[in-house]
Amino acid sequence: MTQDEMTALIARIRTHNADLYPLFSLEFGDAVVGVAPEELSSTACDLREAGFDRLTMVTAVDRGETFELVYRLHSRSLTASIFVKTVVRRDDPHIASVYDVWPAANWQEREVFDLFGIVFDGHPDLRRILMPYDYEGHPLRRDFEHPNIIRRPDYI
Amino acid sequence: MALVDRIGEGLERLGGGVILTSVDALVDWSRGQSLWAFPMGTACCAMELIAASFSKFDFDRLGTFPRPDPRHTDVMILAGTITEKMKPAVRRLYDQMPEPKWVVAMGNCTVSGGIFYYDTYSVVRGADQFLPVDVYISGCPPRPEALQDGVLQLRELVRMRSLAPGKRYERELALPRPEDASYSNEDPNPPSAGLEGGDAS
Repeated sequence: MTQDEMTALIARIRTHNADLYPLFSLEFGDAVVGVAPEELSSTACDLREAGFDRLTMVTAVDRGETFELVYRLHSRSLTASIFVKTVVRRDDPHIASVYDVWPAANWQEREVFDLFGIVFDGHPDLRRILMPYDYEGHPLRRDFEHPNIIRRPDYI
Repeated sequence: MALVDRIGEGLERLGGGVILTSVDALVDWSRGQSLWAFPMGTACCAMELIAASFSKFDFDRLGTFPRPDPRHTDVMILAGTITEKMKPAVRRLYDQMPEPKWVVAMGNCTVSGGIFYYDTYSVVRGADQFLPVDVYISGCPPRPEALQDGVLQLRELVRMRSLAPGKRYERELALPRPEDASYSNEDPNPPSAGLEGGDAS
């Protein structure tokens, strides 16, 4: 897929969803499209119909007041990759699950829930996956503290 | 004869009061000649463990052979980082091994936590927090020769076991028991029906 085709595809999705979160760029050849959190589900359906049949990765970034969610999609028919980014507020970390669109989101969203505490509404089985089930807190948040952690001293 | 000398040494160390027969020494000697290893490979040290087992380094010539079943083995070789999530499973596998049994901690992660000692939220700092470790092998990862040297030293420990004071049992008493809270890894909310086995895609 050439860059022009990718730009045209993104433009088509952007017109379909009228009021998008204003973030779109081409980084390292991969398109990055930002969507508003309430439009994630419809954008996911559109991208799936456009040929992005594989969800490679779901992760999150702690930006302080907000969490940035990153979905990486791949299309085997178009041989193209695309990043979809959205944001959720830290004090109300809820986002719609994309499990219905890509079943691969099952464990990926469980991991993000485990490490960041973001709740995926509509996920069929939202439990911890990496940490023990009785663990308290979400370790990849920047304000995470746990009595078991030994901080590295300055002289090392 | 060396065997008889060792019995004498052991009796001296005990300070008398205990009578041991030479059958114990014979049994310990034969146990040390054939240590079946349970390869508890949890991370990258398992690669060196595998390399040590097969043709180039040939663990079998030392009488040690890997067997992926705790009920058939008597040495647990801990190769790799142990996380908090993995700890109950390792402990359960250790409990399934028949007595007598020994533990070799291979690599820095199982000795002390290694490079994961600081600033980590998920790694157990050393296998001796929940298992009675007999031999520590440092390295990140250790060479196969180092592992084989560690097993040779364990063999010496095994041969002296009946004659040595039972400090291993004292250490075991200080370790977490199955009734402790940290022992279990049961899920309080098991998955709903149809999702057993996880990722469908």
